[in-house]
Amino acid sequence: MNLKDLFEPKTMAVIGVSAANDRHPANVIYDKNKNRYPLEVYAVNPKGGTLHGDAIYPGVGDIPEKIDLAVIATRAELVPAVMSDCARAGVKSAAVISGGFTEGGRADLQERIVSIAREAGLPFIGPNCLGIYVPFKVDTFFLPVERMIKPEPGGVSFVSQSGGILVDQMIKFTQQGVGMAKAVSIGNKALIGEKEMLAWLAKDPQTKVIAFYIEGFAPGQGREFVLAADACAKPVVIMKSGKTAAGNRAVSSHTASLAGDYASFAAAMAQHNIIEATDERELVSYCEALGAYGRQAVRNIGIITGSGGHGAMAVDACMAAGLDAPELSGAVQTEMKNNLAESIRSIAALGNPADLTGSAVDEDFVASAGVMAASPEIDCVVVLLLPYLPGITLDIGVKLSSVSRRFKKPFIAYVPQVEKYTMLIEGFELNGIPVSSSIEGAVLMAKALAGRQPC
Amino acid sequence: MLKKEVKDILAKHEKYGWVTEPDALQIFSLYGFRTPRFDVATDVAQAAAIAKEIGYPVVAKIVSHDVVHKSDVKGVVVGIKDDKTLEEAFRHISRIEGFDGMLIAEMVKGLELIIGAKNDLQFGPMILLGMGGVGVEIYKDVSLRMAPLTGRDVEGMIDGLVAGKLLSGYRGGASVNMDELKKTLIGFSGLMMDMRHLVESIDLNPVMCTEKVCTIADARIMLKKAG
Repeated sequence: MNLKDLFEPKTMAVIGVSAANDRHPANVIYDKNKNRYPLEVYAVNPKGGTLHGDAIYPGVGDIPEKIDLAVIATRAELVPAVMSDCARAGVKSAAVISGGFTEGGRADLQERIVSIAREAGLPFIGPNCLGIYVPFKVDTFFLPVERMIKPEPGGVSFVSQSGGILVDQMIKFTQQGVGMAKAVSIGNKALIGEKEMLAWLAKDPQTKVIAFYIEGFAPGQGREFVLAADACAKPVVIMKSGKTAAGNRAVSSHTASLAGDYASFAAAMAQHNIIEATDERELVSYCEALGAYGRQAVRNIGIITGSGGHGAMAVDACMAAGLDAPELSGAVQTEMKNNLAESIRSIAALGNPADLTGSAVDEDFVASAGVMAASPEIDCVVVLLLPYLPGITLDIGVKLSSVSRRFKKPFIAYVPQVEKYTMLIEGFELNGIPVSSSIEGAVLMAKALAGRQPC
Repeated sequence: MLKKEVKDILAKHEKYGWVTEPDALQIFSLYGFRTPRFDVATDVAQAAAIAKEIGYPVVAKIVSHDVVHKSDVKGVVVGIKDDKTLEEAFRHISRIEGFDGMLIAEMVKGLELIIGAKNDLQFGPMILLGMGGVGVEIYKDVSLRMAPLTGRDVEGMIDGLVAGKLLSGYRGGASVNMDELKKTLIGFSGLMMDMRHLVESIDLNPVMCTEKVCTIADARIMLKKAG
């Protein structure tokens, strides 16, 4: 399915705008795209009239240009007729925002729009969705522009069955400085579901990590999805809801009871290299780390810290995540020691975690990270950075990122996240080192790189 | 493609919704899986003749479409060593409601595993491996994978069991022949793929595994509801 016109439209029709109500969802969509995106946008309503001085076309066929994307926000009963109009007018793609289909007991309406669209070769997203958001390209979300939190452009594409979860997750990505390529709300996924999005995003040059929020699959669709995800070169992360059993169904065999719906879901995902995030925080951490480094063979974590307590917590988190923080060999420890400033040589503890103490300066972190990264004993370096230590400067992020690149080893940083430290955090993130606001989150990032988890 | 005999057996049990042990074992036997020697008796004399043929000790189990979980109705008697105990077992089992016959089978030793299959709505056939016996739903020490299985999947399933160490001979205990277990699981997953349109779930519980072989000591096949 070619979805180019859906994600990179040059012309858009918004069907169902109101001449009287500026807060109507269709008007919100019309306004933001007309004023803020590089698109030709046309308003459509059978009643005609004008909107802010521009014509409202009675039908999509009356618009003088070919339409790449029709955003349909009329009442559900009208959507089949609108879809037929779009097909006749040669509209290339559509987003059906309207609700009131299978979720409201009108499976018949949904079947009709699917058959019209299939016959016309007109891919559409939805119904009952927010549609798509592509930074600086297009935004069909009916959320007023002043209320939306929009992440920077970046490598994560997120596909969600729920529009609400999608918008919330965009806030969380923004908070963590994780950039997005595409945000897609697929709603009832009548024609375009997870599998179709996966196929499209696998080829999308902007997308480095493909993430999904999934409630459930239609019969047999889960199998097709995991097989396609396994064959996809990009990392796939999922977050699932509806994990609790449907309850007291009479279960007649042990296997049916033990292989419940969620147990089967989790097993099928893990078996096919799909990373399951158990909550929103994990989802953000996994996406950020995978966006920076992709999949890596990570098992042995080297921890560098200025505080013994932080180091101990990180080791615990590694163990809980199924990772190792092996004691460094004597040779590596000696080399680390020789590279430290004279003043901290006798007080630093260099096993693993390497506690450089509160007296360490940037150069001690850089030197220790270099020795760890050069050693085959360590696959990934986690730096627990305390910006309040006097020897740490704003340049620590860029300095460590050059070490990471030189030795081609992933680095992950923990920095407490308050506004005061923003510039220091950006020193890491803008130079390619993902930063977590918690020690556990930093370890989760390393775990995401490691990929397939035992289950 | 399913063998015709297998299709016939499945069709015979369709109206009951599941295949009882003798025919379920027969299906696995037809596909080359190792099963114990067994036969079904409907009277005492027949039971004695079967036991003599197999050789004591034997196990006796109820055969009935009304009894899905045989242990729950005390429908299993193990370690029968002579005709007298066999006769007592028959008298007890033949009084259970829905009695169609008594299965008499060779006693099989080994580590008890459960191997199962379930036709999941979203993911299709899933294969389960776990520590078997009646405690399986208490400990829930199981691994699951989507069928068909690869050798790597099977290794992951074994590693994924908390009690997986027992399979490689824990503290001087007997180990399990991993090649045989692998062959059994992979073969079973292939058969489940072939039967997926007819079968809802399968329990092989227990599968008895030793250093030499894996034997399906009990089998139950739940069929898909028609239509």
